[in-house]
Amino acid sequence: MDFTRREALAMGAGAALVSFLPFRANAAAVDDLIAEFTGGAEMADRGVELIAPEIAENGNTVPIEVSAPGASAILVLAAGNPTPPVAKFAFGPLAGSQTASTRIRLAGTQDVIAIAQLGDGTFARTSKTIKVTIGGCGG
Amino acid sequence: MLRTTTALAVGLIATATLGWADADENELVVNGEIEITTHAPAPAYVDGLTEIYSGWRFREPDTQLTQMDDFDNPAFLAVDAAQITWDTVEGEAGKSCASCHGDVMESMKGVRATYPKWNETAGEVRTLAMQINDCRTENLKAEPYDYTSGKMTAMEALISVPSRGMPVNVAVDGPVQSTWEQGKEMYYTRYGQLELSCANCHEDNYGNYIRADHLSQGQINGFPVYRLKNTKLNQVQDRFQGCIRDTRAETFSAGSPEFVALELYVASRGNGLGVEAPSVRN
Amino acid sequence: MASGVKPRVKVPASASAGEVITIKTLISHQMESGQRKDSDGNKIPRSIINRFTCDFNGENVIDVTMEPAISTNPYFEFQATVPETGEFKFTWYDDDGSVYEDSKPITVG
Repeated sequence: MDFTRREALAMGAGAALVSFLPFRANAAAVDDLIAEFTGGAEMADRGVELIAPEIAENGNTVPIEVSAPGASAILVLAAGNPTPPVAKFAFGPLAGSQTASTRIRLAGTQDVIAIAQLGDGTFARTSKTIKVTIGGCGG
Repeated sequence: MLRTTTALAVGLIATATLGWADADENELVVNGEIEITTHAPAPAYVDGLTEIYSGWRFREPDTQLTQMDDFDNPAFLAVDAAQITWDTVEGEAGKSCASCHGDVMESMKGVRATYPKWNETAGEVRTLAMQINDCRTENLKAEPYDYTSGKMTAMEALISVPSRGMPVNVAVDGPVQSTWEQGKEMYYTRYGQLELSCANCHEDNYGNYIRADHLSQGQINGFPVYRLKNTKLNQVQDRFQGCIRDTRAETFSAGSPEFVALELYVASRGNGLGVEAPSVRN
Repeated sequence: MASGVKPRVKVPASASAGEVITIKTLISHQMESGQRKDSDGNKIPRSIINRFTCDFNGENVIDVTMEPAISTNPYFEFQATVPETGEFKFTWYDDDGSVYEDSKPITVG
């Protein structure tokens, strides 16, 4: 079968669209998950902190820490994962601080998002891009 | 919290960002008390190096920190499991490891630092894994472990714990010399379709990138190693197989005479570094 | 999950009344994400620990909803206020219905 240059370009564009689809689906999923947590409320830029490496040596085990003084809960999402939810930390009356650390999986370089429900019931959001390196040998 | 706010952590991050290419200058202290040498002068018989560095020096600060506290180091899940094995009677002789060796933290002190070593009775060079299996089959009358199995790496990790911080000190002469020479020849032999020797990466190019990864000197003072990549303990000869496979060669088997020789030689290149096992790498 | 594997939990043995302490927990678990395939190309079903809680004398410290993006051998570090002598209780809930528990006493003096 012969393809014209125009047809080839059109096919390429189609392929490009297809390859972007998962990210669109994820963006919608992330928006839905956030709306479910916040009830659609506005989110402030300050009040929640996310500490994570700028470059993770391996996506299988990435250390992160979330912190939001006075918060009742913090939701963590990985926007570029096949399933974006990571964890929800709910703090009880004996929490010594509204801080928690864990280790997470990231399917590739992406934004990790933390949203906190603060003590006054309002919400705060932060995000950080974490670069995930590709191993040298795969060995 | 501890990981990010202690002075130690801040210090690590600060120094690590200064120079990305070479080994960094961070100091390894485990649990705030076990000082481990990660940089030493190269032994005289290592022609291609003047300084030796542990692989720990080439890792990102977050990975380095994971090894600095035994509660952060996931390898200790395996160490705990091996401690139970150590104390449990197994095999037809009705004995456990503890029946003969008592408290592993006392009786095994220094052992990891000198392996592989000559076994006079058997007339052969033995790795720690070979010795563990010899003990199992001869003394416990139990089944040997598969050479690179989870049970084996866990037991190696447990036995390594009391030697942490002690300098690696494997013999290179006397009865082991011919095996050591064989290992050395292998180290400088190009294998596979890519025609790469161990030295091409770990002597000529340590500190440089291989794709997005930072090449170490391939020191084995930290084995068995908990890798973030596969989230389990990795046996040193399993790692050798990975390296040789990546040169697109047929690899030797774990426990083969070739790998015993290579392990002895590579271990000797780290004489003077502290035992780190079980360590954490990417 | 392999049987007989004890969680690792780090809690100080003592504290002063009202002191904030740091707790670390680690448990052996594959955390099978449900995204991986076996050698025949079949999807390996999800099997994870989906919840972790820490309580002190019956009052909650932290309650974590865990998803497949939590790494193998789940690790948590967090802080607790210690009002009195008592016991921390740690509970992990597995997809398969198993519940793993550990507890640590702490003395306020």
